[in-house]
Formats: sequence, structure tokens, C-alpha cells
Amino acid sequence: MIARTLPIAVAVLALLTLPLWIGGTYYVNVTSQILFYAIFALGLNVLAGYGGLVSLGHAGLFGISSYVVGYMLQLGYGHTAAILMALAVGNVSMAIYALLSLRSTGIGFIMITLALGQILWGLAYRWISVTGGDNGINVPTRPAPFGLSLADSGNFYYATLVVFLLSVIAVAIFARSPLGAALMGTRDQPRRMNALGYHVLAIRFWACLFSGLLTSVSGILFVYYTQFISPQTLALTSSAEVLLMVISGGPGTLLGPIVGAGLVVVVKNVVSGFIERWNFLLGAIFVAIVILMPEGLVPGTVRLWRLATRKRAPAKAEIKTEGKP
Amino acid sequence: MSTDTQTSGGATPVLELKGLCKSFGGLHATRDVSLRIMAGDRKAIIGPNGAGKTTLFNLITGIYPATSGNILLFGQDVTTWPSHRRTALGMARTFQVTSLFPKLTVLDNVLLAIKGLRPSKFVMWRVLSSYRDVYEKAHQLLEQANFLDRKDTEVRNLSHGEQRQLEIILGLASDPKILLLDEPAAGLSSGESIEMTKFLMGLDPKLAILLIEHDMDVVFDVADEISVLHFGEVLETGSPEQIHSSARVQEIYLGTD
Repeated sequence: MIARTLPIAVAVLALLTLPLWIGGTYYVNVTSQILFYAIFALGLNVLAGYGGLVSLGHAGLFGISSYVVGYMLQLGYGHTAAILMALAVGNVSMAIYALLSLRSTGIGFIMITLALGQILWGLAYRWISVTGGDNGINVPTRPAPFGLSLADSGNFYYATLVVFLLSVIAVAIFARSPLGAALMGTRDQPRRMNALGYHVLAIRFWACLFSGLLTSVSGILFVYYTQFISPQTLALTSSAEVLLMVISGGPGTLLGPIVGAGLVVVVKNVVSGFIERWNFLLGAIFVAIVILMPEGLVPGTVRLWRLATRKRAPAKAEIKTEGKP
Repeated sequence: MSTDTQTSGGATPVLELKGLCKSFGGLHATRDVSLRIMAGDRKAIIGPNGAGKTTLFNLITGIYPATSGNILLFGQDVTTWPSHRRTALGMARTFQVTSLFPKLTVLDNVLLAIKGLRPSKFVMWRVLSSYRDVYEKAHQLLEQANFLDRKDTEVRNLSHGEQRQLEIILGLASDPKILLLDEPAAGLSSGESIEMTKFLMGLDPKLAILLIEHDMDVVFDVADEISVLHFGEVLETGSPEQIHSSARVQEIYLGTD
């Protein structure tokens, strides 16, 4: 029990005290980015990891929530109304996504979500009267819940951290809940699940909505972080990027998407300051992960750790038997 | 509908097929199959490869829609129902190709199977293992099947014979009135087949069983009535002895010149 709770306690404590020791507003901001991208990746992981339904259109959902916040504020509504509307529109869009794309699985699902994502990107680009087209929408202010202005990067970090921790807890419970177990069941044995009395489509639909909710939440945090939204956010590269976070970290695990988000955001922001060709570096890292740890960083590290800490004697015996053909 | 099932009591067949047909394009996979299974019946369907046995199962369980004919479950017409609703009415099946959850433990496999018919299966804010009643039922099922000592084993580490038995335990999890077994002894050694036969004979005598099987030892021990399927058609139905001595059946299996 202690072996499990201690690392979690240390991690939470480190995150809570982070602005004190990380040395600089810049790094606090980078961590905020990691946290909301981690929520995004956790959301996609619900489908891609636990459900085996790989979506290449999630940036569209992420972006639509961001746009709704921007547009609502532009119309003169308050932050609360903007956020609630963004959550509602994000989830309705996810429901439409789900109704259209859940008709198929595998490659078919990828292609339909890709197409839907491109439609939203196209709308953001072309529906200039609402989205401002290429110029995007500026979000001049951040909200101030309980009188705490999130314009301060430290406060924004803590707000993001609270939402992040709530999301992690929600996903952790989801993965162990009847619906989570059923979702993983439909990933591995859809026919069997059907024969056991499960409505496979309904299970996948609810999982989609949960994924969409997390995606909307991260999209809202994103737009308040950058205070700007443009069609670029909805582009296919964004969808691919978040999918890479999930795949590199370890799909179907709780920690994997978080680690993946950390990796991508750090390389994108910090390393790009030192190396001009940071895309090349990111690509090289992914190639290395796929070759060395095809199951993802988190499960791969666990596997190596177990190998390293296993007793020497049986390991030698294994080598001997392997040597004898 | 419901009065029909209740008034006639034990006289209503658990499962009834009336002139069931299925064609895939020009191929008639199932032709005019009629069957009647009462509570406690042990029926087997045999036939050479490609006779349409598994297709028939897929029609009964609702994986394929029937081209024509009717399927009645407890007197209720379920021909157009989706699979999961038929399961809710008391039908369960196993698969020819083992369809378990290999990375889960034996206990988790059974928990998932039991949960299939509970309304709380859509709950996402409570942990699955916290449902006491489901947990106890799983324990009970595993105890009856002599699996309790292996409850924490990951399914992929079980032997093939054990996996085939677990396949049936999952089928039993929904408290079915009728169990459809698709080649339960597929790929088993002769020793494991005997184990399987014992396991099947030990099941609740009130449970109706419809069995597809290639292993004739299993069929002749378990079934009290056998139907022979050939090119999607029922050729003959009778007791194991009748089928055993039937010239036509031997012809199908051994071929004529």
C-alpha cells in the first residue's frame, strides 16, 4: 500500500510546490501547458487506449471548445456562460462525432474522425464572420474564480492543477468502473461482450462522451492559457500530436498520456530554444520509443525495471537454456 | 405474449426455430431449419465442415439477421432482436474460437460476465470490485466449477483445456435458461475432452443445452438427441443410437465413392 501511495504523494507534493522550486515564470507556464495537454491526452486515451478506437479528429473537438469560449466572450457574455457553453458545444459535437464514426471501428473509425476533424478545421478557416478566419479570435481576459485573477501565471497554474488532478481521479475511477471494464472488454472481445448482454455501441458511445468532456475541458484551459485561438489549433497535426502523446507514453495506462504530454510539450517548448530542428528531435525520440518500447514509455519502463530488479540466478538460467538449441 | 409463456408453463419450448433460412447472396447457408428445445434438453447438432452449424448459432444469437423464418425464445418472437436483448431473456453462448479476456484474471473475467445483465453496467463513478453481490456471485460460480484456486491467474496463463471450461463458465454467468455451446471440445486432447464431458454432465439438469461438436465421444455422452446438418439442412434427427447406425449419416461423413 505504501509502495503505491508514496510515489503519488511525492508527485502531488512536487506539483503543489512547483512554482517555488522550478525557477521562473517561464517554466511554470510550460508546466501549465503540460497539465492541460495531459488532460487532452487522457481524454483521447479513454478512446484510443481503453476503447481501442483511435481518433484522428480530436483536435477539432479541442478547438471547437476553444472557439466557443472566444466567440461567447466576443459577444459580450461572461466567463461562466462562455465555459458552460463551450462544454455543452464540445459534448454535442462529440455526440455527433460518435454517432457518425462508431458505425465502424479500426481504420474506418480513424478515417471518419479524421474527416470530421478536417470539417471543423475548414469551418474555423472559412466561416470568417464567426471565427475570424486566419486571424483567429483574441481572448482579452482570463476568468477570476473566487476573486483570484488567473491573469497571474502562478494562479493559472494552480487552477490548471486542480482541474488536472480532478481529471486524473475521474479517469482512474473510470478505468476501474463497470463501464471502464466493459469498454476494455469491447476492445478485446466485442463479440463476447455482445453475447454477455452488453450493448457494445452504447458502451462506446458513453466512453466517447467522457473522452469529449475531458477534451473540451482541456480546450477551454488552452484558450485561456494562450488567450488566442486560430484554425492552426484544429489542424490535423494537432490531432496527430496528441495521439503521439498517448502512443509514446503508453495507451491504456493512466500515467502514459501524462508522461507523453510532458515529453511532447518539453521538446516543443524548452528544447526548441536550443535546437532549431526540434521536430527532427521529436521524430527521433518517437522512432526510438517505437523500436525500444513499442508498448509506450510507461509500460516499457516498468518492464525494464522488472528485468533489472529480478534476481540474478534465474536470469542466468534463462540465458543458459536459450544458448542450448 | 407474456401470458402465452406463463399459462403453458413447462410446455413452452425454451427455444423454437420455425423454418429458419439464411442466404449469403446465392449461398443458402441455412435451409428451413426447425427445432424445438424444452427445458433440460440436451441437443447436439453435428455435420461436416461447412454444413452451416456456426451460421445457425449466429442466427439464433442474433449476430446475423435471418432471411426468413422465426426464432422463438420462451414463446416470444425474437427474430429481429439484437444479441444483447436475447441474452437478457436467458440465452447464453460460447464461441468456437476461445473469446476470453486474456489479460484479465479469471475472477475479473467472471465479474465482467456477470455485470453484463446488471443495469449498473453503465456506472463510471464507482469501482467494479466494490459491488459485493457481483463479487459473491463470481465466487460461487467459480466454486461450483472448481476454479476457485485459480481465480487470480491471468487467463492467458491457463491451459487450453481450462480456457475452454472458463469459456462455458462465462456463458453461465448470466444465469441462462439455454446455453449454446459452439464446439466446447475444439482443440482439446482426449484427456481434456473427457474432463470437458464430465464438466458438461455436471451442469444444472434444468438448463437446456444446444451443442455443436465434432468430437463424437463428447456428443454421444452429453446429448440425448442429435440433429445432423448437411448443406444447411437438417437431414436427420434422432437418439444417439439411431444416428450412430444411420446409413445416410455415414454417407455424409465418409462420402460416396
